Amino acid sequence: MEEKQYARVGERVIQAQLDNGLRIYVALKPGFQKSYAFFATNYGSMDMRFKLDGQWLDTPAGVAHYLEHKTFDTKDGNALQDLAANGSSPNAFTSLSVTGYYFESTEKFEENLKILLSFVSVPYYTQESVDKEQGIIGQEIRMGDDEPETQVFYGMLEGLYENSPVKVNIAGTVESIAQITADTLNFCHKAFYDPGNMVLCVAGDVDPERVVAIAKEVLPQQGNLPVERDYGKQESPRAVSGTWEKEMAVSTPIFQLGFKAEPPQKGENWLRTELVGDLACEALLGTSSPLYAALYRDGFLNESFSYGCEAYPGVAFLCAGGESKDPEAVRAAVLAEGERIGREGLDEGLFRRLKKAAYGNLVQRLNSFETICVNQAMGYFNGYEYLAFPELFDHITKADVEACICAVITQEKCTLAVIRPKEGEA
Amino acid sequence: MSTPVRQELLPGVFLTSLHTKKFKSSLLSMSFVTPLAQETASVNALIPYLLRQGTVCYPDMQSLAAALDEMYGGSIEPAVRKKGENQCVGFVGSFLDDAYTLDGSGVLDQAAGLMGEMLLRPYTREGAFCPDYTRQEKANLVDRIRAEINDKRHYASTRVVEEMCREEAYGIGYLGREADVEAITPQSAWQRYQDLLAHSRLEIYYCGSAQAEKVSNAFLKALAGLPREGGYQVAKTRIVSTVPSSRKVEEPMNVAQGKLTMGFRTGGIAAASPDYPALVLCNALFGGTTTSKLFLNVREKLSLCYYASSSLLRYKGIMVVSSGVEFANVQKAEDEIMAQLDACRRGEFEPWEIEGARRYTVSSLLTALDSQGRQEDWWLGQAVAGLEQTPEELAQAVEQVTVEQVVRAAKGLRLDTVYFLKGTEG
Repeated sequence: MEEKQYARVGERVIQAQLDNGLRIYVALKPGFQKSYAFFATNYGSMDMRFKLDGQWLDTPAGVAHYLEHKTFDTKDGNALQDLAANGSSPNAFTSLSVTGYYFESTEKFEENLKILLSFVSVPYYTQESVDKEQGIIGQEIRMGDDEPETQVFYGMLEGLYENSPVKVNIAGTVESIAQITADTLNFCHKAFYDPGNMVLCVAGDVDPERVVAIAKEVLPQQGNLPVERDYGKQESPRAVSGTWEKEMAVSTPIFQLGFKAEPPQKGENWLRTELVGDLACEALLGTSSPLYAALYRDGFLNESFSYGCEAYPGVAFLCAGGESKDPEAVRAAVLAEGERIGREGLDEGLFRRLKKAAYGNLVQRLNSFETICVNQAMGYFNGYEYLAFPELFDHITKADVEACICAVITQEKCTLAVIRPKEGEA
Repeated sequence: MSTPVRQELLPGVFLTSLHTKKFKSSLLSMSFVTPLAQETASVNALIPYLLRQGTVCYPDMQSLAAALDEMYGGSIEPAVRKKGENQCVGFVGSFLDDAYTLDGSGVLDQAAGLMGEMLLRPYTREGAFCPDYTRQEKANLVDRIRAEINDKRHYASTRVVEEMCREEAYGIGYLGREADVEAITPQSAWQRYQDLLAHSRLEIYYCGSAQAEKVSNAFLKALAGLPREGGYQVAKTRIVSTVPSSRKVEEPMNVAQGKLTMGFRTGGIAAASPDYPALVLCNALFGGTTTSKLFLNVREKLSLCYYASSSLLRYKGIMVVSSGVEFANVQKAEDEIMAQLDACRRGEFEPWEIEGARRYTVSSLLTALDSQGRQEDWWLGQAVAGLEQTPEELAQAVEQVTVEQVVRAAKGLRLDTVYFLKGTEG
């Protein structure tokens, strides 16, 4: 066990690595009522093709998410109920690259941690329960079909990427999940739910020695290195298509504007790419940029607007979206502003102030235990130390951000996805 | 420890302040509290957005954004809320706590000062709100009202309450009606704003590392010049305990999944009642948690719904059941929901159900103490209702509730309105 002090963000973290390969982080939070534990595998919807026991396997879209739902099943019942019976709020999510299980509780932390580590690491998938889940997940997929924000985001990814599984719906489709059997879940669990491919992050007023001892007690002694995955052939730097459209029952058009960026390598560079990308969004179209002020004033954007930079295995993109009466005008204005910044550079005062604001926001976000734990997990999987961001942040220059804007904000790297109101409805 | 200090700063101006070093940020809020009324709801909802557009010192959003960026990316957002039969309009702000600034400078005075500036010294034209700003924000408010249909789950819950309270102030939408927005002029909004300044109760909240005296000084300085001319009444929320006969409302919309919501009167039990803790536990057992009857039976066992849950409107004495169902299953789902309620009325609870619901309820109340936002919202609600109970005190009361008390609360529930958002086909 090793203790790390992150004085600039006021955090103390105990770290350990078990013999089976599991990495553990415990953020010490005296004075808080709740404790939070996050147990995650570096396995998400994108990991559809991988090599297990020397063989390449292809799995249907939506397996990681399906597995997440069924992992709560245990031989004795359902772990969700066991945790909830202790008054904790358990849940899980599947993202493009990670599946995470977590609970928050104010009492019986150690007991809850044992339940969490146990149900996630011990597979129990029966064909009967797998079949039954088809209905529930089918309903979840249908619910996503009615969510314009979800639809437009996938639409943007479809416009940007040709091969990458980043564009495949995390939950899959009703057809793809129909192919899932108990067997599928068992070999995916074997491939990815291995301590060597996982991380445990805890935050709370807890005893870190006990956390490590419980992890050793519950989890297998042996672990394996993460399996090899295939994310399809390397993407061209250009967007596949400049536009994507669909009609739905919405009141105003909802859009996502995406720009394809160079994917980062694992390591500190990964975090740096995301931080620079976020600052580029702030400078280009952020809520205190000149462009946003003009677009808001003229009624092209409202407060539903949000933006950011995201990086996943083999892909990275800048995106911005929300409601707009004229998404095409927003795209034209963003491209023109990108060009102007390329020509004239960023205003020195604006850059300094955006950087100060972004710094304050990164620190403030650490109020959330979930943010601390999830970011540490992402950092571990992608090869960086998240809580050391202040030092990295200090060294980001105006030229770095300008270079990012010049490289990424171009017509050929851009997709505009739009959900338009259906005629005569809503 | 989590009991805030409450004081009357000025006539009808109350400060609730909580000293804590737990957080990376400090939270500030200011809310005018005014009885919900159809004729003022829209204009009240508009006012914080107009004030947020610009002040005497910072005449537009861009200069306001710049000022906030300089305070480490602090935020001040308009907030429009319904607390019982009162509408609360104002701002909620979040700022980096003084301990984490790069140069050790304090943010509180500046933050309170800026919020006070927004509240008291808006940017004006010819003695009223700026016509351009008024036009933009009217359009945004209309969008916001229309956008309520985008989130179908939320929409169905709002609609059932609107329908059941159509003859009570509580049935008025917290944003008002679209038709009333049209008639607002810069002058009429200005008049209403003057009225709020002079005659409305003003609730101020602070949570952060500063001591109470420093906080009250900062706000007194920020509010210098606030006209106070008497009034300051808040509405006493009408609690309806009987239901002559229940109604059904159906609304067709182009959706893939139906939404069934059911509104119940709680037999007169609301936040101030001695029986309220029993109702809270009753709701948790029935549909408030993942160990509840609705979750386990309607969702998990019968796979009838993707979600099925219940929640309380604590100041109004209403419970809302919300579910997502296939159109064809709606009657089955409704019957099953009522059957589960009957089981609660007969006291058919396993010990683990009671324990789970109790632990969950206590835990979720205690974790409010770990969130600045939840505490602020709690104390605003309590202040409006004239209550002093802390989340811990309610948690302690829930610990003492007996099954007989739960059964009594369940027996008091009366189905008032069933609302179904159905598809347009078939």
